[in-house]
Amino acid sequence: MTVEVAAGLPPQEAPAGRSLWVDAWRTLRKNRAAVAGGAIILAMTVLVLVGPMLSPYTYAQTDWANTSIGPSLSTGHIFGTDTLGRDVFVRTLYGGRISLLVGLVATIVSLAIGVTYGAIAGYFGGRLDNVMMRIVDILYAMPFMFFVILLMVFFGRNIVLIFVAIGAINWLDMARIVRGQTLSLKHKEFVEAAEALGVSTLTLIRRHIVPNLLGIVVVYVTLTIPQVILVESFLSFLGLGVQEPMTSWGALVKEGAEEMESAPWMLLFPAIFLATTLFCFNFLGDGLRDALDPKDR
Amino acid sequence: MLRYSLRRLVSAIPTLFVLIAVAFFMMRAAPGGPFDLERSLPPEIEANLRAAYRLDDPLWLQFARYLGGILRGDFGPSFQYRDFTVTELIATGFPVSLRLGASAILLALVIGVTAGSIAALKQNRVTDHVVMTVSMTGISIPNFVMAPILILVFAIHLRWLPAGGWGDGALRNMVLPVIALALPQIAYIARLTRGSMIEVLRSNFIRTAKAQGLSTTAILLKHALKPALLPVVSYLGPATAAVITGSVVIEQIFGVPGIGRFFVQGALNRDYTLVMGVVVFYGMLIIAFNFLVDLAYAWLDPKVKYS
Repeated sequence: MTVEVAAGLPPQEAPAGRSLWVDAWRTLRKNRAAVAGGAIILAMTVLVLVGPMLSPYTYAQTDWANTSIGPSLSTGHIFGTDTLGRDVFVRTLYGGRISLLVGLVATIVSLAIGVTYGAIAGYFGGRLDNVMMRIVDILYAMPFMFFVILLMVFFGRNIVLIFVAIGAINWLDMARIVRGQTLSLKHKEFVEAAEALGVSTLTLIRRHIVPNLLGIVVVYVTLTIPQVILVESFLSFLGLGVQEPMTSWGALVKEGAEEMESAPWMLLFPAIFLATTLFCFNFLGDGLRDALDPKDR
Repeated sequence: MLRYSLRRLVSAIPTLFVLIAVAFFMMRAAPGGPFDLERSLPPEIEANLRAAYRLDDPLWLQFARYLGGILRGDFGPSFQYRDFTVTELIATGFPVSLRLGASAILLALVIGVTAGSIAALKQNRVTDHVVMTVSMTGISIPNFVMAPILILVFAIHLRWLPAGGWGDGALRNMVLPVIALALPQIAYIARLTRGSMIEVLRSNFIRTAKAQGLSTTAILLKHALKPALLPVVSYLGPATAAVITGSVVIEQIFGVPGIGRFFVQGALNRDYTLVMGVVVFYGMLIIAFNFLVDLAYAWLDPKVKYS
């Protein structure tokens, strides 16, 4: 995942020098926990996409002959079945699709809002910046999880609303960070030099501001995805997220928690998948922060 | 100091107003009313209900009335628990939730700061790596996953503690919910403390203290702890918010009769006034707590000017 990020960037024109990304990649590669985290996330994504196709069962299909049976190879239910005889393996992977999808889409929503907001406030500065940041301060004090729950209660529980609602509450950190970074970049010598040389504003933003924002954005995207997955799981756990027969890791953990005395596998497999994913994203994010955040140099 | 406090207090007012306004208008923008039941009511009865709850007044008047009610501590009637007002429900649940949440924060502070300081003293050694890995695990395992696992192990298999119920806040009943609620915060506070402690331990005044031959314990307790705790103090605001949010699921899982349980029931039953009341109440609580944290921070950090 990180390789793609680094490779997908426009080639740097700097002669022979080590670019930020080459440098970052070297630092990151030395951080074994982050690399392992990235690899596991990649493997998890592939498994979640391909896995359900390899199983003879679908996520909603009930096998009445085998309800609540434990993990076994002979029945083909390698993670066992739930109380309705649905295959836990397929449901866990299918739930993973939803959880990862929510994580990705809601993060993109928050990224779009946060970067635009932060860049405008930071680049134009002055009174506009003051007002915009005051609004962020006010919003910061809001109990956001409760607002998402209010939205779910008032407007019904559909998946598009989940994407938007979670994305719309998670942009504040991003806005603050992007604003701070833009503000400090604006006063950096190389930007002033470019300005003095008569580089147009657009080129300046494209060539000097955006590439220098990318690093920190990549870091916070990696750290936002697990937060979003967590929020979605939280909602689904309360029964306010995705609805049956669709499922997500949070919904599966809820079902598992209800049956944990008689069928602990229903709890353990989705819980392991969820925790592993969050764990890996956090490690990867930490590693990326060490590698990309110029503050820590 | 007094002027600073007043200024901070005044700046909390718009936040509160926005909170209440957003919640209120979101509710009114929602499709479908609170009386949309499976079985539709006769029009006369619905008209009576609407009149009783004054839902036909202009929107601004309803908002003004709601706002006025909150100022007097009245959150309106509950749609679901017909015999109770929302204020009564909150008053029933709050002592329980407070006891649970305060214990969790206290536990998180004590263990988190201790573990973080130890990790900082043993930086990059085995102890440090163990503390950091365990705390990363604590951050990564959501408390609604941790809680059932704790029940599975300590209540069902080992039979040491009850799997649920509150028993009027008996210690036995509190252990598991408090731990489940505190774990992510312990982990986060440990990481915060470690980071700032490492920075403080590198600073000149600590080197001076060492040069004067003070013992590690004395340096840590008398000189390093206070400056190292500043980031932890400022994290207390978000920590409270996280504990309040977490208590919603934890109360649900352990069957603790706090506000969180009313909230979830209200959310699932579309009990608008109850859900709104809890959100506004918790919002006010978080804002008030943030205010106190700000004051504590200003008092602790000599660099903050009260201007």
